[in-house]
Amino acid sequence: MKKFVAIVAATAILGGSSAIAQEYKNQIKARQGVMWTISLNLGTLGAMAKGEMEYDADKAAAAGRSIHGVSMVHLATLFPEGSDGGMNDGTTAKDTIFSDRAGFDEKWAALGTAAEKAAAEAGTGKEALGPVMGALGGTCKACHETYRIPQ
Amino acid sequence: MLKVLVPAVLVAAGIAWVVTAPKSVAEDEFVAISGAEADRGEVIFTAAGCASCHHAPGAEGEARLVLAGGQAFPSPFGTFKAPNISPDPEHGIGGWEVRDLANALLHGVSPGGGHYYPAFPYTSYTHMADRDIVDLWAYLQTLPASSEPSVGHDVGFPFNIRRSLGGWKFLFLKDDWVMDGNDLGAELTRGRYLVEALGHCAECHTPRNALGGLDRGRWMAGAPDPSGKGTIPALTPDKLTWSETDIAYYLETGFTPEFDSAGGHMAKVVTNTAKLEAEDRAAIAAYLKALPVPGSPSTGY
Repeated sequence: MKKFVAIVAATAILGGSSAIAQEYKNQIKARQGVMWTISLNLGTLGAMAKGEMEYDADKAAAAGRSIHGVSMVHLATLFPEGSDGGMNDGTTAKDTIFSDRAGFDEKWAALGTAAEKAAAEAGTGKEALGPVMGALGGTCKACHETYRIPQ
Repeated sequence: MLKVLVPAVLVAAGIAWVVTAPKSVAEDEFVAISGAEADRGEVIFTAAGCASCHHAPGAEGEARLVLAGGQAFPSPFGTFKAPNISPDPEHGIGGWEVRDLANALLHGVSPGGGHYYPAFPYTSYTHMADRDIVDLWAYLQTLPASSEPSVGHDVGFPFNIRRSLGGWKFLFLKDDWVMDGNDLGAELTRGRYLVEALGHCAECHTPRNALGGLDRGRWMAGAPDPSGKGTIPALTPDKLTWSETDIAYYLETGFTPEFDSAGGHMAKVVTNTAKLEAEDRAAIAAYLKALPVPGSPSTGY
């Protein structure tokens, strides 16, 4: 009987801990989807800026609008407290996100501003891409510098 | 026996004393260089990344030009704290002369004649051109002063014996380039100066030996992060397979070829390289692509 209790207890503990690791699986997937969507569209703009792809105003504008679109997702939904890389596998989110929510939100809002500019200007000509990419890149870096665990 | 031993110990101690003595530049060597240009000094300041380590913890934007110090740099030897190097006469370097800056950068020596810890990357800055030091000095004086007192390093015995750093320098402070040769061409020569001297890239990207000296045989081969977490990537062409255009673009925008972005301390570095001329970023890329692959026959090790 004692043995049985011990096994039940151990299973509960193990089950419990794996439940913690699984708890934020969807949030992690969702926010990484956001990042990949941004990255994919930056790829289009960047390839045109570097001259690896011919400039196409429609494609550039669509990429700018896509980035602007995902920049509007509600951040707190994607980064609930405890969903950082210290507690979960497969994420490099730092726990400073939760201790400094205001700073994190501010960085995301800065991306929003740069993305709005990208949506408005990326389709106006190839020469607009440099400043657009510079502004977006600055906001990516500023946030990753503080809130991402270095790989 | 004692008759032999005592003189031998004395001779050894004498040699050690000479070897560990702080070196310095000649009294008026730098004063003689006239016409210092602060705006040229700003480029040197940016390329050398001075602000990245010397701005106050968490400072952003223009506040990064207030070189109040205070950031902590953990290492296996203890935690080093960047000092105040703003022009404040009491807490910063406002009371210095140009030769004091030259001694710090070229020899790792303070105005009082003490050794600095090599967390301050003088093993790289030792290659700096005299002209650049004079211009940098002019620029530093245009920055805002901060009266924030410098905080002491958190370093235990035996590393807290400053004189022993003289021995460390004897072993690891080298005045020859890693990518040697006088016929490198203009771009590689510039790239070498930016990477090996000002940018001090190897300080993080090259592994260190047990005494904390850079392992020049594995130049830019990547290294464990000194904070103890994670690794700093290799930059040799076998590992960093990006094109020269990609490397230059990364240094301009922070975007990798996959359009991920730089993070951590490298984000600070990119903030600096983004301000350089495009030719300088291209020169850095060219230098990295010209690095020998560790273990290849051309390196001889």
